[in-house]
Amino acid sequence: MKTFGTMKFFIHISLLLFGLLVIAESAAAQITVRPEGPVTSIQVGIDQAAAGDTVVVHAGTYQENNIEITKPLVLMGIDRPLIDGDNEGTILVIRADSITVQGFDFRNTGRSYIRDYTAILIDQASDFIVEDNHLYNVFFGIYLAETNRGIVRNNRIESYDRREASSGNGIHLWYVKNPEIIGNHVEGMRDGIYLEFVEDARINGNISSKNNRYGLHYMFSNGGTYYDNTFRKNGAGVAVMYSENVDMKNNLFENNWGASSYGLLLKDMRQSNIEGNRFYRNTVAIYSESSTNIQIKNNHIEQNGWAINIKSSSARNYFTKNNFIENSFDVRTDSPRNNNVFEGNYWSNYEGYDLDRDGIGDVPYRPVSLFSVIIEKQPESLILMRSMFIRLLDTAERIMPVLTPKTLYDEQPKMHRIP
Amino acid sequence: MNSLLLHIAKNEWKSLLRGKWVVGYGLIFLLLTDSLLRFGGGGPEALLSLSNVMLLFIPLVGMIYGILYIYQSREFIELLLTQPIDRKVLFWGLFVGISTPLMLAFVVGSLLPLAWHSILMTAAAPSAMVLGLGAVLTMIFVSLGFLFGLAFYDDRIKGFGFTIVVWLFLAILYDGLVLMLVFTFGQYPLERFVIAVSMLNPIDLARIMVMLEFDVSALMGYTGAVFNRFFGSSLGIITASGMLTIWLAIPTWIGLRVFKKKDF
Amino acid sequence: MIEIKELKKSFGSLEVLKGINLTIPKGQATGIVGPNGAGKTTLIKTILGLVKPDSGTIRVNETKLNGNWQYRRDIGYMPQVARYPENMRVHELLEFIKGLRNQPAVYEEELIDQLNLGQELQKQLRTLSGGNRQKVGATLAMMFNPNILFFDEPTAGLDPKSSQKFKERVKVEKENGKTVIITSHIMSELEQLVDHVIFILDGNIRYYGSTKNLLAESNEERLEGAIASMMEVA
Repeated sequence: MKTFGTMKFFIHISLLLFGLLVIAESAAAQITVRPEGPVTSIQVGIDQAAAGDTVVVHAGTYQENNIEITKPLVLMGIDRPLIDGDNEGTILVIRADSITVQGFDFRNTGRSYIRDYTAILIDQASDFIVEDNHLYNVFFGIYLAETNRGIVRNNRIESYDRREASSGNGIHLWYVKNPEIIGNHVEGMRDGIYLEFVEDARINGNISSKNNRYGLHYMFSNGGTYYDNTFRKNGAGVAVMYSENVDMKNNLFENNWGASSYGLLLKDMRQSNIEGNRFYRNTVAIYSESSTNIQIKNNHIEQNGWAINIKSSSARNYFTKNNFIENSFDVRTDSPRNNNVFEGNYWSNYEGYDLDRDGIGDVPYRPVSLFSVIIEKQPESLILMRSMFIRLLDTAERIMPVLTPKTLYDEQPKMHRIP
Repeated sequence: MNSLLLHIAKNEWKSLLRGKWVVGYGLIFLLLTDSLLRFGGGGPEALLSLSNVMLLFIPLVGMIYGILYIYQSREFIELLLTQPIDRKVLFWGLFVGISTPLMLAFVVGSLLPLAWHSILMTAAAPSAMVLGLGAVLTMIFVSLGFLFGLAFYDDRIKGFGFTIVVWLFLAILYDGLVLMLVFTFGQYPLERFVIAVSMLNPIDLARIMVMLEFDVSALMGYTGAVFNRFFGSSLGIITASGMLTIWLAIPTWIGLRVFKKKDF
Repeated sequence: MIEIKELKKSFGSLEVLKGINLTIPKGQATGIVGPNGAGKTTLIKTILGLVKPDSGTIRVNETKLNGNWQYRRDIGYMPQVARYPENMRVHELLEFIKGLRNQPAVYEEELIDQLNLGQELQKQLRTLSGGNRQKVGATLAMMFNPNILFFDEPTAGLDPKSSQKFKERVKVEKENGKTVIITSHIMSELEQLVDHVIFILDGNIRYYGSTKNLLAESNEERLEGAIASMMEVA
């Protein structure tokens, strides 16, 4: 009985303590910043706040830069207040864990050839959320340096400086662990999203377009995934380099045009998956150099200049169940030998037949055409593309390969598109 | 003059429609386009296959059709020439009268399947491009056939032979020669030259326009500045359409001159 | 009235007309005869504007030919070989030519009636017999009531009855003051229809005068004999 009573007492006490805590929590202050005062400066608002407080900023323009947050709090914009950095320095710096920044317009960071001035810098922090902000005319957009477990979500970053050197990256990650970059829209920066030494990034549902260099630039970053993104009209497409175990799925790479522009550029990549992506109207859909053990599967590769440009330094890559549709050239390579596997793809340029009606062409398809070898030697002959004469040459070469790699062929070309 | 021209053209339309084979020609394109769309996969694939067929056969059919008309209607043309009408009006009436049905047969025959497979809506620009090029090629080559018919008025074997040789030359051999040139003079900068040479052949011109529509992404990968400027901007399309117009004007104009001066 | 002066025409190195001088007055019926290749057809084609002369002048009803076409309003021409677009119907052909000439087809019904073309009007031209096609040609030539008529071997494909009717019609035209010009190999026919003869040989006119004079000069009873003797002399 007594023991029971003691127990009850303890429960009461703990409930009471818990209640106190809740009261303390909800009593966390809310500081209001608005142009007409009393607090008119965001930095002042932040300084007045205690850890865990919310700083609510109302609509208006705030000429401030180098705002620093060094304690966990929520910085929340109501009706999209504008923070104008007046073309000087960085606008907002986050230097503590568990900080949320939400609902702001940022404009006019400084620009420099030496310092990476940025709209929002997250410096050695973790568990932050940067959400629903609009950034215009910024040098760098959102900069993550040595962070862990942060979310960058539904932001919009636009800046139009056509010079590659004087524009910074939209979302820049450097020595970052477990970031989530979701649903952002980046336009007109140097690289849309840039990763260097990042582990296990999740980059999903972003739109990255019209950037001066790459829509997404992946360097020395292992084990990430990027799904459902759109990369459109970037100066040089998407580059994924010096990394392994990267999953690239269901992205759209389109209209990346130019002499050195790719839908997807792979360089020194290992053990990765490229699956279910759509490549549409890129100069080169997939370019691969020194990459090994990549699975390229179920992609839809349509109306590109070259579907695949694979350098002989790439080996043991496996292309299967892809749809190759009306690409000007299917595969280009620089060596008569072949170290990769093409198997069971659909090639719209395939002219073979299927007598046993098993859905697989009875003669192998050779995706490297004689014409692609010819223009490699004499680029001006490109003007003859799709001419009857070239078609006759190509057909002859396919029957009796002399100049094209003899071992590069798809032995099981599908007769119909793979759904 | 215009009403007279139309009167002559209308008469040709009536008898060509009744002649059925222009209708058959349209049906061939209808079946071809429909089966390309049905069995050959999506829009761009079918349009490219259609343009391949078009680039190869429209020139041949157009020329044969033009020359055949002249040969089959000699006595009738002569009867018309004894009537009180201007030769110029008669020429235009006959040319418009016989070329437009062939052109329409192609356009309508290919357009209908494109419409009911709803490619017209999803790929309007390339569809219009292919149909338009087919139409212009038809006019150019009917006019060439007309010209050859008038030039070899009394020697059908020569006329047909010449037609076939011209077709083989323009459709196939010409590009072989261009390739030879490119490899022979490969050490010189050739881009401008190669573009100019290709513009001299109407089939190549039409092919280049198809390329501009379907292969721009590949062409942009070419590093030569002249090619990039030509293919990357509207310059290419404008130059090529201009040249096609010239190609339409010149044989027709020569045909008219021959027709006006000719002894029948 | 047709006036021709110094008309010359060559096809390549072949001189076909070597300086023709000729006046055919209004209302005269003239036959043009001569062996094959003598230049008969070329002469007619030159007057019709189908062939352009190398030199010389032609005037038709005071109009000098220079590539113009208006003067052909006064000319009806019936070709030797009548071939028309095959699937065209007879009445469509008549309508078509009417549309081209834009002149009243005053004798259309009369000619159809006279030449017995009534049942043929709805037929396609390819199904017509050679004779009926000739009749269509004759109708086209005469229906607009032009004052100059050319007939090129007009009765070649006609049956005797139609031939008779045709000739009667031509006589009527003649009596109405039309200038009629006929080429034919059938001399007996010419004898009936024309009162003047032009004999062409090697691109030159060897004889031009009335048939009466020709017969008198050559001591022949028939035109056939007279022409034959001229050919022998040549």
